[in-house]
Amino acid sequence: MEPIEKIKEALTQAVPGAQIEIVNSTPAAAQPALLVDREHIYVVAKTLKEDARFQFDFCSCVTGVDYSKLGVIEVVYHLYSVAQKHGPVILKVRAPRELEQCRVPSLTPVWRGCEFQEREAYDLYGMKFDGHPDLRRILMWDEFTDYPMRKDYVPPADYEWEPTPHDDTLTRAISENAAMPPSAAAELERAKKK
Amino acid sequence: MIQPITDSKPAGMIETQTIEVSIGPQHPSTHGVFRMDCVLDGENVVALKPVMGYLHRNHEQLAERMAWLGSMPYTDRLDYFNSMSNNWAYALAVEKLAGIKVPERAEYIRVIVSELSRILNHSCVIGFMLQDLGAWGTPLLYAFRERERILDLFEALSGSRMMCNYMRFGGARVDMTEAMLAQARDIVAKFPRFLDDFEKLLTNNEVLLARCQKVGILTKELAINASISGPMARASGVEYDVRKVDKYGVYGRMDFRVPVGEVGDVYDRYYIRVLEMRESIKILEQALRDIPAGPFVAPEVKLRNFKIPAGDGYGRIEAPKGELGFYLVSDETGKMPYRYHVRPPSFINLTILEDMCLGHKVADVVIILGSVDIVLGEVDR
Repeated sequence: MEPIEKIKEALTQAVPGAQIEIVNSTPAAAQPALLVDREHIYVVAKTLKEDARFQFDFCSCVTGVDYSKLGVIEVVYHLYSVAQKHGPVILKVRAPRELEQCRVPSLTPVWRGCEFQEREAYDLYGMKFDGHPDLRRILMWDEFTDYPMRKDYVPPADYEWEPTPHDDTLTRAISENAAMPPSAAAELERAKKK
Repeated sequence: MIQPITDSKPAGMIETQTIEVSIGPQHPSTHGVFRMDCVLDGENVVALKPVMGYLHRNHEQLAERMAWLGSMPYTDRLDYFNSMSNNWAYALAVEKLAGIKVPERAEYIRVIVSELSRILNHSCVIGFMLQDLGAWGTPLLYAFRERERILDLFEALSGSRMMCNYMRFGGARVDMTEAMLAQARDIVAKFPRFLDDFEKLLTNNEVLLARCQKVGILTKELAINASISGPMARASGVEYDVRKVDKYGVYGRMDFRVPVGEVGDVYDRYYIRVLEMRESIKILEQALRDIPAGPFVAPEVKLRNFKIPAGDGYGRIEAPKGELGFYLVSDETGKMPYRYHVRPPSFINLTILEDMCLGHKVADVVIILGSVDIVLGEVDR
């Protein structure tokens, strides 16, 4: 495989206007990645797949990472080529952590293999993928409202709590108990103990 | 839930409705707590959505709250058939990040245990698949008899049959003694005969041929595009094996072939596994012959206070079910993973379950799912 600098150069020429930056990993792992801006990630991915020089036809791994100190959620794509047996090229794309702005273009139209993994990143990190054909929760249950892998997630005291048909009656009973005069409440308590 | 009546009925025919059937999550053929939401037209499948997450325990978050070594026993619980391969994938990713060099003997031990776990997995998968076809017990128990012999060795080696927790960063936890190597040689010597018997029962079996051929065909193009890996992809004609491509461990020195299917149906997926077991036997013979003396773990790796410089890395191996990868991020403190992500092969291999099942009978869905070879510990994490 060509060195990452060459790939970056070729991509900048092929996709005008794309802002591509090389991010280094640990010196031992030596897997530098390409950080691409949100507007051009789709075209960059398509070029990497279709260009005869690269032919990255196999998207192996999609990961969401929460960099809470930087205030971004990052999605990492590991690409390999089955045709040319080389790789990996690592694509990274970032979006702000705020839920309304936390969205990037989906790469599922390019690689079908991203489908479940992008759903997983949505489920656990709240990253919305524009253009995903079926963006639903995949591991957590549908009624779950939070994004549990975010670094600032606080788990609820009672995981098992679910709304029941008796909730209204229970709240009414509690409020009526509170409205009782203190003597009557004390009497009720005594009756319960007996 | 009953679907609205479709208006595309030919004149003179009775009105029909599609019906939604939920297979699972408590169903013997789903191999665990997995659900398939099928929409059926008569007996034919017109839509199918896999529903998962019943066994979700946020494995990744648990690992992010532990030291690097702390999640090693927990990787056993991903694909609980092949704890050895899971251990290796995680150790490989950490070694890549930290730049640890593994001694030669340890590499050979790793090859031996993970190839043993591959033949264990493949023989059991074939047994389970045939159980789904209605061959209750016989093939599965034949496979389990052989599996027990391998598990005996794993127990002697690691103290546990299935949850081995055997690998360490830079090697393994304990050395393989001469007696254990002899035990492994014995297993390897006797296994081909079992495989021949197994094949005599199955490969040309009329029921197997009738039920498996031309069922659940997956094309080569879709297999690559949908990130399908392992025996599934190779049955569809994708000649891709991480052992050959990455040459991790000492696989570069081993002489073996990568069997590739032609049609990509359930039968190919069955037969690929048989052929892969034969190749694994070849690898095992070479590894058991060439295993050198020496340390079984890199002496410079600390067990306590183990730290990794900041950065990220991805390590992957060819696990029995496909490409198993770990993406790890270390931050400035370096004591525990900042991000720990598993790329589970059977989770991603489920992507095309609907494509394979469309147009087939509901009875075939069961066998197609069986040929995907899923383990819910890994799918749900």
